[in-house]
Amino acid sequence: MKRFPLLLSILGLAATVASAQTEILNASYDISRELFAEVNAAFIPAYKASGGGELTIKQSHGGSSRQARAILEGLKADVVTFNQVNDVQLLADNKFVAKDWAARFPHGSSPYFSVHSILVRKGNPKGIKDWADLAKAGVTIVQVNPKTGGNGRYAVLAYYAAGLQAFNNDAAQARALTKKILANVVVFESGGRTATSTFTEREIGDVLVTFEAETLALASAPGSAYQVITPSVSVLAEFPVAVVEKVAAKRGTAAVAKAYLDFLYTPQGQEIVAKNHYRPRDAGVAARYAAKLTPVKTVEVDAFFGGWEKVTKQFFDNGALVDTLLKEVAAERIN
Amino acid sequence: MSARVSETTRAGLRGHPGRIALVLTGAGAVGLLISLPLGAVFYYALREGWAAYFGYLLAPDTRHAIGLSLLAAGVALPVNTVFGLCAAWALAKFTFPGRRLLISLIELPLSISPIIIGVGYLFVFGLQGVLGPWLDDHGISMAFNVTSVVIVTTIVTSPYVFRELLPLMLAQGTQEEQAAVSLGAGAWKTFFRVTLPNVKWALFYGLTLSFARSLGEFGSVAVVSGAVRGETNTLTLQIDLLYHDQVQTAAFAVASVLTSFALVTLLIKTWVERRESVDSP
Repeated sequence: MKRFPLLLSILGLAATVASAQTEILNASYDISRELFAEVNAAFIPAYKASGGGELTIKQSHGGSSRQARAILEGLKADVVTFNQVNDVQLLADNKFVAKDWAARFPHGSSPYFSVHSILVRKGNPKGIKDWADLAKAGVTIVQVNPKTGGNGRYAVLAYYAAGLQAFNNDAAQARALTKKILANVVVFESGGRTATSTFTEREIGDVLVTFEAETLALASAPGSAYQVITPSVSVLAEFPVAVVEKVAAKRGTAAVAKAYLDFLYTPQGQEIVAKNHYRPRDAGVAARYAAKLTPVKTVEVDAFFGGWEKVTKQFFDNGALVDTLLKEVAAERIN
Repeated sequence: MSARVSETTRAGLRGHPGRIALVLTGAGAVGLLISLPLGAVFYYALREGWAAYFGYLLAPDTRHAIGLSLLAAGVALPVNTVFGLCAAWALAKFTFPGRRLLISLIELPLSISPIIIGVGYLFVFGLQGVLGPWLDDHGISMAFNVTSVVIVTTIVTSPYVFRELLPLMLAQGTQEEQAAVSLGAGAWKTFFRVTLPNVKWALFYGLTLSFARSLGEFGSVAVVSGAVRGETNTLTLQIDLLYHDQVQTAAFAVASVLTSFALVTLLIKTWVERRESVDSP
């Protein structure tokens, strides 16, 4: 009981601060801090210039599944900018986000995308040129565990897609290539950043397979000891955005939240996206960054693999393809 | 007598290989497990020079995180003082059924993992929780904001003052209070003139522990904070965040602040312990 006066005074203080100007909260995935710091710095003056008034944008970063959970439990985020479609869907299923959220903004509400690429140590000592080279004997790979992380799932799908492309859609050959590559994985990490640390700080592996946004950032750092190999084919990874209608309606921020997400699609927004090593949707911006974000043939999970649900059943569920392949690899090692 | 025995034992052991080995092991363990990581915090924090160091510390989000941690401690400490004094007094000076159970309940936050306190808090105050939806309908938000961070910190640190006071109050018994009352002192006067002065150093000691714990709390706060930069990030969350953002020097710079707070607390604690042993024969 004695805690209540203090509480109320804190609540009162928070209320006065909030009413002074418009404020929105963007709940985002864990490694987008620099991207949205730049986006926010550009959007705030643009919004003011268009007659929108003073705006403050707060950021919350964390694993996107965790962020979705927090919003369900009461985190007052007006917009989400995630790296997993499933996590936005979870919010839609719980009526926090519009049911047709994917149709609310262009390109499936994914203003930018990334692909998986290959990071090798400077000079490319193992002569890696494409996914198929990862199957060679003696190549060691670090990637995220496909059982626990979206990052790892995209990697496995990329190997499989490369197999299908190389062998005329022969599923048996694609399976064989995927198996050979998985046999070369020395560490399956739990998350993208830990995989990076394993490769850069613990210096394990000849190859790190992760989002291009990460590999390019590592390779373009001053004095970097790494270089990026862009493969011939990769899987398009979406970065879905949505207005959290339930929160925005209550806080009266629906319009500014939409304007914020629209901004990501403008040439200015796309430029910032490309600068931060993501692939823009805008063809003009993409052309200007083609030297860095080299054109790559992409396949989409929906169109090419028949959607995440099917992919999960076929590849990643307990006892599905990844489990089978790893079991076979382990059995062959013993014999 | 006993002093003389220990003197001779000590003399006999001087230069003994076993003794040297033990001392070396002890010193090695302290060096390896405590001094080295502690030193590393300051070494890495200052790796880019003093200007960069202060630049990291004065960044608005970091300044805010320091402020929020101090605010949480600032609320937790007075609440813990009042709560600890009342609870310890009631449990030490009176006997009633269910007393032991009550003591265990009060000390519960010490033995369960903080993350459970955080999740339990959400279970009550989260939007999917017991009271959360009702509170939300009435425009009150108790999760993922400063309020939740402060309350959870208070809960986690609530047993510390109590725990320091209870054994002392039990040992002191009620004779002095009885004497005061028989001499005509009222309840408040007895409390402020007799009970409180008797436990002042234990209280202070409990408060330093509370303070250190509230600044260092991570698990429970991580669950209920929502990690909004410049709003609900405490010092510990800010360190975690910066570390994972790969701005490691900044993470170490913030960590050095937390470490400094801890070292100052440790000094105060040592000083209090000395006062305590001087005051009580």
